[in-house]
Amino acid sequence: MKARVTVTLKNGVLDPQGKAIEGALKSLGVEGIDGVRQGKVFDIELGTADKAQAEAQLKAACEKLLANTVIENYRVEIA
Amino acid sequence: MKSAVIVFPGSNREGDVLRALKSAGSQVEKVWHAETELPQGTDLVVLPGGFSYGDYLRCGAIAGRAIVMDAVRAHAARGGLVLGICNGFQILCESGLLPGILMRNANLKFICHRQFLRVERNDTAFTKAYAKHQAIDVCVAHGEGNYTADEETLKRLEGDGLVAFRYADAQGHITQDANRNGSMNSIAGIYSEKLNVLGMMPHPENLIEDLVGGTDGRGLFESLVSSFSRAA
Repeated sequence: MKARVTVTLKNGVLDPQGKAIEGALKSLGVEGIDGVRQGKVFDIELGTADKAQAEAQLKAACEKLLANTVIENYRVEIA
Repeated sequence: MKSAVIVFPGSNREGDVLRALKSAGSQVEKVWHAETELPQGTDLVVLPGGFSYGDYLRCGAIAGRAIVMDAVRAHAARGGLVLGICNGFQILCESGLLPGILMRNANLKFICHRQFLRVERNDTAFTKAYAKHQAIDVCVAHGEGNYTADEETLKRLEGDGLVAFRYADAQGHITQDANRNGSMNSIAGIYSEKLNVLGMMPHPENLIEDLVGGTDGRGLFESLVSSFSRAA
């Protein structure tokens, strides 16, 4: 089973990297960009075929390591 | 006093902190991150600076979950002293021993320079050799030192007197210019609730000899050692 975990900064948390990327896009002449927030994507292979078990395992992975829930949110998608 | 300096893959300041502790009069042992226990009789645990695990995922995130950290957490819960410097501070935040997080510097630059800090209180095991509000001359070297916490945490840190050091000018004034990484409330270091865990971004271990330009960092290590010689 395959899954994708997306980790993003919570609203209101300053994202200097996103701001720098936003500035770079503007300087490249890419128009219409009002804001950029940088996040992370993890593509994960799971041994189980059981969706509920996979969800539990991914939740544990996110809470224990992949996201720092002080500043980040995470979203899990199972393929 | 017995100190244990924890070494992770990618730590690189363990030698300097070991030297600073020894010259202040502590016995010191290096402890590899895969150990399940601290050496018998450890009084102080130090998490040194560096780039543990190459700063992968988030600074300090992987080291904060290393096997040895269970022993460090147990040591802290017993009231044992823990000091995290630079990457060590990031590890303390990621391991849950201290609140908040160190974000990318607001100006996006790796900063590496001499830096004055204001000592916020001098009644802890870490700072008794300093005067209250003394400006000490140490240095900083980091890309992620921008201390960030939610409003409630910040209020609690300030209300309970848990801010250890703030970025300051040479006179000890807290100015925007002195706060080069953009930390909330110019925070350079914080204590745990029981004042036995200290995390700080600046490097006191760099300034312990006149030969390298200053000795203001010595006071921190001498404070720690004197706490124990008096108790013994």
